[in-house]
Amino acid sequence: MAAGEAAPLAVSGVKLCKTFITKSHSVQALRDVDISLPAGSLTALAGPDGAGKTTLMRLLTGLYAADSGELTVLGLDAKRQTQALQTRIAYMPQRFGLYEDLSVQENLDLYADMHGVPAVERPARYAELMEMTDLSKFLGRLAGRLSGGMKQKLGLACALVRWPELLLLDEPTVGVDPLSRRELWQIIRRLVAQQGITVLVSTAYLDEAEHCRQAIVLAEGRVLAACAPQELSRAAAGKVFLLTPPPGQAARNLQARLLDRPTVADALPQGAGVRVTLRQPLADPADAPWPAQTQWQAAVPNFEDGFMLLTSAAEPRLPPVLVLHHDGRAPPAAAGEIVIEVRDLVRRFGDFVAVNHVSFQVRRGEIFGLLGPNGAGKTTTFRMLCGLLAASSGELRVLGQDLRFARAASRRRIGYVAQKFALYGELSVRENLEFFASAYGLRGGRRRERLHWAIEQFELSVMLDVPSGRLPGGYRQRLAMAAALMHEPEVLFLDEPTSGADPRARREFWRRITDLSDQGVTVIVTTHFMEEAEYCDRALIQDGGRILAQGAPAEIRRLGARPDGGAPTMENAFISIVSQARLHE
Amino acid sequence: MWAMCLRVWALTIKEWLAVLKDKRSRLSLIMPPLVQCLIYGYAATYDLNHIPYAWLDNDRGAASQALYAKFAGSGVFDLRATPPNAEQARRLISEREALLIVQIETDFQRHLELGEPAAVQVIADGRNSNTAAAATAYASAIVDQFNVEWRAAHGAPPPPLQVFSRSWYNPNLETRWYMAPSMIATLSLVQTMMLTALSVAREREQGTFDQLLVTPYSANEIMLGKALPAMFIGLGQASLVVVVAQLWFHIPFAGSYLTLYAGLSAFMLAAVGAGLLISAFSATMQQAMLYTFFLLMPFMLLSGLTTPIGNMPESLQYLTLMNPLRFALTLVQRVYLEGADLALLRPYFMPLLIIGALSLSGAALLFRYRLN
Repeated sequence: MAAGEAAPLAVSGVKLCKTFITKSHSVQALRDVDISLPAGSLTALAGPDGAGKTTLMRLLTGLYAADSGELTVLGLDAKRQTQALQTRIAYMPQRFGLYEDLSVQENLDLYADMHGVPAVERPARYAELMEMTDLSKFLGRLAGRLSGGMKQKLGLACALVRWPELLLLDEPTVGVDPLSRRELWQIIRRLVAQQGITVLVSTAYLDEAEHCRQAIVLAEGRVLAACAPQELSRAAAGKVFLLTPPPGQAARNLQARLLDRPTVADALPQGAGVRVTLRQPLADPADAPWPAQTQWQAAVPNFEDGFMLLTSAAEPRLPPVLVLHHDGRAPPAAAGEIVIEVRDLVRRFGDFVAVNHVSFQVRRGEIFGLLGPNGAGKTTTFRMLCGLLAASSGELRVLGQDLRFARAASRRRIGYVAQKFALYGELSVRENLEFFASAYGLRGGRRRERLHWAIEQFELSVMLDVPSGRLPGGYRQRLAMAAALMHEPEVLFLDEPTSGADPRARREFWRRITDLSDQGVTVIVTTHFMEEAEYCDRALIQDGGRILAQGAPAEIRRLGARPDGGAPTMENAFISIVSQARLHE
Repeated sequence: MWAMCLRVWALTIKEWLAVLKDKRSRLSLIMPPLVQCLIYGYAATYDLNHIPYAWLDNDRGAASQALYAKFAGSGVFDLRATPPNAEQARRLISEREALLIVQIETDFQRHLELGEPAAVQVIADGRNSNTAAAATAYASAIVDQFNVEWRAAHGAPPPPLQVFSRSWYNPNLETRWYMAPSMIATLSLVQTMMLTALSVAREREQGTFDQLLVTPYSANEIMLGKALPAMFIGLGQASLVVVVAQLWFHIPFAGSYLTLYAGLSAFMLAAVGAGLLISAFSATMQQAMLYTFFLLMPFMLLSGLTTPIGNMPESLQYLTLMNPLRFALTLVQRVYLEGADLALLRPYFMPLLIIGALSLSGAALLFRYRLN
């Protein structure tokens, strides 16, 4: 459809404003937001955490009323005709209300009852939904026992028990592995193509926006861009480059250094090199922010480059380098020593083998990634490493010991950041830090120094007295990291630390991780973001409990080589490795 | 050792903060025991203070007037009606307007003066047997007293047998004197058990338990850190009830505070043990809550608080030996009302300590088992 051609609008909003007022302060969630969604279109809503994405979605559902501005949804006034509106739209919030103790079928029935779907229509409707989501084999399974990806698909099916005219999905792919993510998007695209439904999807995965006809970029409550994703990519033309670091330098070190340059909008490790987005086109190669001996070439810009270019101008600089030891202590023993050794590790739950003869080694100072689709066994492996779960058989050594039976002294040498925010929500930032300092046996002057270090390095001073449960997302993660690092651990365990974080927060996080690794800290990390495997020294891919691939990112990428000989991305490699292995089953 | 103490102390402080920081949760520690204590103090009583009765006097002489004066002056009986005949009196009972009818025969005065037995008929509403029995007992006590005084005034020899009853430790046999000290133990049990049972389950639900397990804390230290703050809070609540019993209900405290708190501490140990045992079993707060209620009911019924243990079937009597509240109730009553000392209280201390030790080590074992 050519631009300018009059398409009927499913949603049209003008100058929408919404302010939340709490006891202490008010937050302007949306400022003069204009939005128009053509009927039957697929639109992505992107933006950093706290940009107002969820607020905008909830305005469209009529759950919130705008403070000012006009909003028409499906020809209805969203403020006044809420009831009529809600029978014609479907909304899937970030945490969809699945009843975990009910089976898949019972969840469907419940939602059909709530939406008043007549009994005669149900069989056909269910069949359609199950065919679409491929859940028919699991009708009897409890929703709580489904994997993350399957839960999201069931959530989508429940939201769709009655065909809506407008479907709103709030970050449906958070915490979902690449394979399931791909399936979800296939479903969404089919809904638009075959049913003519108008769909708005908010997402933290910027590559997903490229599937959409329109992308809206929101930051601090304002629309920065509303256009075809390709248009945003084009804005980065001439500013994106692929660098190959000089031999002997790790790509992530070059990347970390580049992020500090004022002319650089974004830098990411990609393949063996670094992808850089400059704020201005490179007029003279002599002005390039990278070292002279670096090889470089221009790259084709994508949506993420354009997005980072757009949003980085508004956001604060990344934090300075993270220094683990406040007293300038030298990192312990040279790299190379084996810190974690796992041999023939097996874990069974009844008949189900969650981890099947897994073996690997991690050396001091390495960043080691555990990758795999939902339910692959990586979390089980991770929990056994931390000593939170017993192994059924096999050998497991962290710093020479099995942490399950380790004495306090050895556990003092590791740090742990859980997947979900797992600090005490009712306690303030300061009280949490003080508790974990004492838990790790810090006292006296050392305790004071380390508390000071944590507050300083993680820039927590403005939030000290805020209950940690009320912290904004970015601060929560920093607090969790601070609490895990105060005692200067030698090994750091991180379980899906970047799940649900925006691109900026993810870069900030990885920068700290690479800093730590440079200082000799061994890092074990699980992640769903395949491109993040590029930050790892080595990674392993698990599925069905077994190791499918293991090695440096470049080696893993090679395993997933495409038949056409093109360079695969980490995500392509991952998908091809996993689907090939499943094919052989 | 010192390092361990510091760690446990940190955990205790953390638990304290988690419970006490929030104004609502602070109130929820103080208000329920206070309100319950007042309700029990006023409402839970076996004493009859206002017995509605009707006076049917068929004689209307000086003697019956004297007897009537005794009833009116007793402070226990409230006159509701003076029905003219038996028919109307019957209706008063049927319609629950009076609990008791005192009926004087026509020749009451004459019989008395002749030294012959005179009859006073007392008719009670038997639909509530406990109350009826208590009310008739009060009435016959008044009549007995009337007899003694009549004989003395008319130069007759006193009756050959007379009962002089005196109750020690509770001179007026007020139920409140028995109830308030019982509340000291009962009310603190409820919250201590709930607090410990929920605190571990809450950490499991919020994912902070894993975070705790990867720190240098051992399973025993975690349990200790959970037990101590709950014990302190339980003791605090017990103190609150002690204060109300003394300052509000004016029930004199006969014993030593040291003994009382030693006893309460032993009891709290057992309560916390039960709470931790529940938390080792339950994965969610909902489960913990259900198990706690499931245990609290028999703890209350089998404690002897409302019905004497001696009245229970023998098998149930054995079951009460596992109930910490049973021992704590008697212990607190004996310290409070009777001023019993530690040596006298040994039979209550030992079971409490044994129950505490068993439940705590059971909880520790279960924790470690579940972690494996």
